[in-house]
Amino acid sequence: MTSAFLKSTVAAGALIWASLSGAGAAKAEDLTLCWAAWDPANALVELSKDFEAKSGHKMKFEFVPWPNFADRMLNELNSGGKLCDLMIGDSQWIGGAAENGQYVKLNDFFAKEGIKMEDFIPATVVGYAEWPKNSPNYWALPAFGDVVGWTYRKDWFSRPELQAEFKTKYGRDLAVPKTFAELKDIAEFFQGRDIDGKKVYGAAIYTERGSEGITMGAMDVLYSFGFQYENPDKPYDLEGFVNSAQSIAGLEYYKALYDCCTPPGSSDTYMSENIDAYKSGQVALQMNFAFIWPGIHADANVGGDKSGYFPNPAGPDGKQFAQLGGQGISVVAASSKQDAALEYIKWFAQPEIQNKWWSLGGYSALRSVVEDPGFATSQPYAQTFLDSMAIVKDFWAEPSYASLLQASQKRFHDYVVAGQGTAKEAMDGLVKDWTEVFEDEGKI
Amino acid sequence: MSDTAIDRIARATPPPVAKRLSGLSDRAIAWLFVTPSIVLLLAINIFPLIWTVRLSFTNFRVNRPNEVPEFVGLRNYARILTDGDIWLTMQATAHFLLWTIALQVLIGFSLAYLINKKFRGNDLWTTIIVLPMMLSPAVVGNFWTFLYQPQIGLFNYVVSFFTGIDPSAFSMIGDVSLAPWAIIIVDTWMWTPFVMLICLAGLRSIPDSIYEAAECDRASKWRQFWTITIPLVLPFLMLAILFRGIENFKMFDLVVQLTGGGPGSVTELTSINLKREAFEKWRTGYASAYAVILFVTVFGLASIYVKALNKVKER
Repeated sequence: MTSAFLKSTVAAGALIWASLSGAGAAKAEDLTLCWAAWDPANALVELSKDFEAKSGHKMKFEFVPWPNFADRMLNELNSGGKLCDLMIGDSQWIGGAAENGQYVKLNDFFAKEGIKMEDFIPATVVGYAEWPKNSPNYWALPAFGDVVGWTYRKDWFSRPELQAEFKTKYGRDLAVPKTFAELKDIAEFFQGRDIDGKKVYGAAIYTERGSEGITMGAMDVLYSFGFQYENPDKPYDLEGFVNSAQSIAGLEYYKALYDCCTPPGSSDTYMSENIDAYKSGQVALQMNFAFIWPGIHADANVGGDKSGYFPNPAGPDGKQFAQLGGQGISVVAASSKQDAALEYIKWFAQPEIQNKWWSLGGYSALRSVVEDPGFATSQPYAQTFLDSMAIVKDFWAEPSYASLLQASQKRFHDYVVAGQGTAKEAMDGLVKDWTEVFEDEGKI
Repeated sequence: MSDTAIDRIARATPPPVAKRLSGLSDRAIAWLFVTPSIVLLLAINIFPLIWTVRLSFTNFRVNRPNEVPEFVGLRNYARILTDGDIWLTMQATAHFLLWTIALQVLIGFSLAYLINKKFRGNDLWTTIIVLPMMLSPAVVGNFWTFLYQPQIGLFNYVVSFFTGIDPSAFSMIGDVSLAPWAIIIVDTWMWTPFVMLICLAGLRSIPDSIYEAAECDRASKWRQFWTITIPLVLPFLMLAILFRGIENFKMFDLVVQLTGGGPGSVTELTSINLKREAFEKWRTGYASAYAVILFVTVFGLASIYVKALNKVKER
């Protein structure tokens, strides 16, 4: 009897195991995708309905507001939590997530499914997918292309009386600025001006202290002034590059722009505060990531023809760069549903899905979408997106990026907002902080 | 009678626990009840504390599970104690502590003294005054962020009304010299009622007969206040200072919501700085050493203070 019971138990177990393993790919799963809580995430929810219908998997979403996004999600990754099966994590996380085994390496999967990184915008592959940078090791599929650019009040710029006044004052037309010097002139021109009975201000820029805001804003300017993260010939050699005369001039410019031309109380502003300032008609110019453009274009107060978009202007030497935003989509190593998660990535990488992604307000990084002849004219901001993506630079993606970021947040905020010390002291301090981090890491 | 299922269960059930315990001494029973609490306390308080001390001598990073932590001796402690930025956060914390406690004690005691007088609507006023301390610090922080807005904030308009300064000309949370005061104002608004309640309890514990005797001795109101009220309320006041001191040393949520530690680093209190080290930079070993230093500081100061408090109570 015991023997019969044992046999039947083994047979039943084998049957269950066979059914579970054999039909693993086809089994319907509840997949959780983690990302930031913002407009593109809503578009992704809409887009993912197609995946649910086709695969039978049910999608759940965990969206966290940007200021808490890194805290929440890095806690999840570091603790080996199983909440997220798919993670659209920030580009800076790639190094740490790869080295700490938090993301699944996707090279074999890409090879098997015929997904080629050459099909994506090169900057997004380097920024969102590779670690080490510029090596063919992929930890994510470029999911959402993003970059810092500018929005301006086209309707204010086109007013004849303002045009005339500006021309008299600056000797040129009130038009989209080509250099940062011109941008500051425009911001100063609008600062404190009365338009339609309301006091308006020059520019909304990033000054947020807690997460990454002021670093994204200041870097966006510093690159075009000549800032470089390290000696191109000697990695982690920062002296004379991070604190070069050009970098110092860039930071001085950013402070001057903050002092002269931002609305009162702009000491801790990031994406959402800038959107609010712009949509409420407070500012003529807004620095922000490109993800906001669809929302601005659709806005009842400032949308349509009232707003225009332009890429980061050039610095004093004609160099023109912009801070990369955006993210790649990764499979979380701790997930027990990796097969289904990979299925999602395979589905997401399809050109027709990427086309739909763009049409819903998501910025596709697939070249066939953005290089389509009709893309540049498909939306008023599409050309600006393309121009901006062509000039991107990104913050350190090192495993120690968080320490590097916290140092720049402090140094920049101390100088730009709190007005403590000089730009040179801030940049020298940053070299000291970053060098200490790399020394601790054993990199130098 | 047939052997029913109930009978079988009854036979299988062990004798009552009470019957088995009846042979135990009172001491043994006391230990039996106290042991789970002690185990729990060890598990969630003492063990993490010991573990933190252990980690403080390593370069452990919680986000690097693949790396073997190295023993670094006192390096973390040496770095913290020689780091100028950390001393600045200590200074900011001390400034915040000093002013909030001074203002809260002064205003809290004054309010308690007034509320203690019998007057119409006394209970209603007490309820209204204690409302702020019932709110969540995160909500209060958010609420005051709007009040401090230079363009739409009520606070700036009130200041403007009394001083004639343009409301958009100053930013309470964006100005280096004003931001620490912005936090002190909010914390005082929120927690003065707590001090008031403790003082009120102290005032109401003073028997009327003492004042009646003083009246018979023709002591002035001022003398009654200094020789009866203050000495008898002092232990309560000291207790309030102890609670507020410990709480404000750990202050985090309100400041994060209001200023995020800025502008620059002027409102970066030790708790915020520690959180950045532990959960943003993920320097777990370093942050553990930092936490141990803070723990020893608070524990040491609180111990000295409690001794002083006990002496006051004994008088």
